[in-house]
Amino acid sequence: MTATVETVVTPPPREPRGPSRPSRRNLVQDIVRFRWLFFLMLPGIAYFLIFRFWPMYGAQIAFRNYVPFLGIEGSEWVGWEHFADFFSNPDFPRLLANTLIIAGLTLFIAFPATIVMALLLNELRLNILKRTVQTLVYIPHFLSWTVVVSLTGLLFAVGNGPLWTFLNDLLGTQTNFMADPAWFRPLILLQEIWKNTGWGTIIFLAALAGVDQEQYEAAIIDGAGRWQRVRFITIPSIMSTIIVLLILQTGQILNTGFEQIYLMSNALNRSVADVFDTYVYFTGIQQGAYSYSTAVGLAKAIVGLILIFGTNWIAKRFNQAGIF
Amino acid sequence: MAAIRKNNRVKYRFNTPAGKVFDVVNIVLLVGIGTLAILPFLYVFAGSLATELEITTRPFFLWPREITTAAYESILTSSVFVRAFVTTVVVTLVGTMIQLALTALMAYPLAKVDLPGRRTIMALVVFTMVFSAGMIPTFLIVKELGLLDSYWALILPMAINPFSLIIIKNFFQELPKELEESARIDGANELRILSSVVLPLSKPVLATFALFYAVGIWNDYMSPLLYLNDQNKWTLQMILRQVTASASLSPDDLNTEVPPPAQGIKFAVVMVATIPVLLAYPFLQKHFAKGMLIGSVKG
Repeated sequence: MTATVETVVTPPPREPRGPSRPSRRNLVQDIVRFRWLFFLMLPGIAYFLIFRFWPMYGAQIAFRNYVPFLGIEGSEWVGWEHFADFFSNPDFPRLLANTLIIAGLTLFIAFPATIVMALLLNELRLNILKRTVQTLVYIPHFLSWTVVVSLTGLLFAVGNGPLWTFLNDLLGTQTNFMADPAWFRPLILLQEIWKNTGWGTIIFLAALAGVDQEQYEAAIIDGAGRWQRVRFITIPSIMSTIIVLLILQTGQILNTGFEQIYLMSNALNRSVADVFDTYVYFTGIQQGAYSYSTAVGLAKAIVGLILIFGTNWIAKRFNQAGIF
Repeated sequence: MAAIRKNNRVKYRFNTPAGKVFDVVNIVLLVGIGTLAILPFLYVFAGSLATELEITTRPFFLWPREITTAAYESILTSSVFVRAFVTTVVVTLVGTMIQLALTALMAYPLAKVDLPGRRTIMALVVFTMVFSAGMIPTFLIVKELGLLDSYWALILPMAINPFSLIIIKNFFQELPKELEESARIDGANELRILSSVVLPLSKPVLATFALFYAVGIWNDYMSPLLYLNDQNKWTLQMILRQVTASASLSPDDLNTEVPPPAQGIKFAVVMVATIPVLLAYPFLQKHFAKGMLIGSVKG
C-alpha cells in the first residue's frame, strides 16, 4: 500500500507550463495522486450536484409549460411568457411593495439596532453582567419560527393575552393584533428584533474586541470624551464589518423569510402579508402552477444576485472592502 | 503613562460625570433588554403549569397560584403528539450525523491547499450561497427522487450548509501541518489522518456545528410543510403550529373539525418544542462564539 503511494507521490519532472492549460497527463496524475481526497469528497459533491445544481438546471421550466408527465425536456418552450404574466399580474405591485417594506424595516431598523446593541454591550465594563446579558439575548435565535409565532399568539391572544390586555388598555381599543393588517408589519419587525438582534451582535463584538486599545489611550490623552471615542475610533474600526454584513443583507433583501411570514399570515391580513416567497408557495405547491411560480422565484433570485453585486460594487467605489 | 497602564484601566480614568450617568443608564437598559429576551418564555412556562382558570383570568404572571401538570399529562398521553415527538428526535439525531459527516468529509480535502480543482469547487459552493434555483425546482427534484412523504426529505436537501462547510474547512486549514506530516511519515493514509488526527483535534468546532445542524432540523417547519403530506408523519413543529393556530383565523384552520385546544395545552406544547433546544444551548454557547468566528472573519 505504502509502496504504491510512494511511487505515485514522487512526480516525474514536469514539463514547463506555458500559457496553455496543464496537459491531460497532469490531470490524470493529479486525480491518481489525490484519489483518496477526491473519494472523501464524493458524497459532498453529489449533494451539491443533486440538491443545489440540478434544481438550477430544472429552473428552465420557467421558460416552458411544464407538464410533469412530459418531463422537463418534453415540455414545450414558451419563452418569457410566465415572466410577462407575472409582471402584468395585478398582484405584482402589491407583492413588490409588501416585500420591499418588510425588507426595508429589517435593513433600516433591525440591522442598525444590532449595531447599537453591540456598541452598548461593548461599553459595559462589568464582565459578568456583559456575559449574562449576552447569554440571555442569544437564546431567542435558537427558537423556531413556529415557537416565536406561537409565543406572539399567546401574548396577543384576544381576551387574555398579557400584551393584548396591556396595549388595548393603553390605546383604549379592542384590537385583535394578530388579525389586524395595520399590526402585521410592527409584529413582524418586533419578532425579527426579538429573535435575531442579540445573535447579530456576536460578529460586531468580535470586531470590537479586535480594535487596538492604544488608539483609545491616545485619544484619552488628547482629551477625547466617551462619545468622541465611539464616534472617531470604535465606529470607523468596525465599518468594514458593517459594510460586509450590509452587502450580504442587501442580497437577501427579497428573501423575506418564508417561515415567519407564512406562519404570521392569515385570511385577514393577506393584503399586507403576501410576499414573493409565500406567493411562490401558494401558486406553485398549492395550485400546481409550477412553471409560473418557478419564473417568479427565478426573477426574485436574479434581482437578489444583482443587488449583492451592485452593493458590492458601490462599496468598492467608496473605497470600502467589499466581499468579492 | 506606564503608571496608568499598570492595572490596564486607562480608558476609565478620565470619566466625566456624564460618562457615569451613561454607565448607569446603559446597565439598566441592557439588563432590561436581557430580561425582555426571555420574559415571553418565562410567561409561557408559568402558563404551562397554571390552571385553565388562571390563564383566562389573570393577564400576566410568572408564578402560577396553583401548579398543575394537567396540560403536560394530556399532551404526553396523546398518541399523535408522542409519535411526533419521537420521530422528530430520531430524525434530528440521524440527520445531524449524516449532515455533519458529509460536511466534514468535504471540508477536509478542500482544506488541502494543493488539491487540484479546489478553487473551482469553492467558487461553486459560494455561488450556491448567493443564488439558488428556488423552492419549486427543489421541490420537483425531491419529488422526482421519490422522497415525498419520506423523512429523508427533511435531511438530504439540506445535507451541507455551505457556510458551515467553509468555516469547518478554514478550521482544518489552520491546524498545524506538522501533525499531519508526521502521521503521513508513519504511513497513515488520508482516511487515517482524518479520523485519527484531524477530527479529534476539531472536536469543539464539530460539536458546535453538530448542534447547529440539530437545531436546524429540530426547528425546521418549511421542509415538513413542503414534503410531508401525510399527517401521520408530521413533525413536532407542524403539530405545534396546528395546536397553537387553531384558535386564530387562518383558512386552513377553519376546516379542521377538532375543537380548539385548551389554552394550557398550547403553552405546554410550546414548552416541549423548545426544551430540547434550551437543553442543548449551554453546550452550544460554550463554543459557538469561537466556532463561528474561526474562519468567518478571515474568509
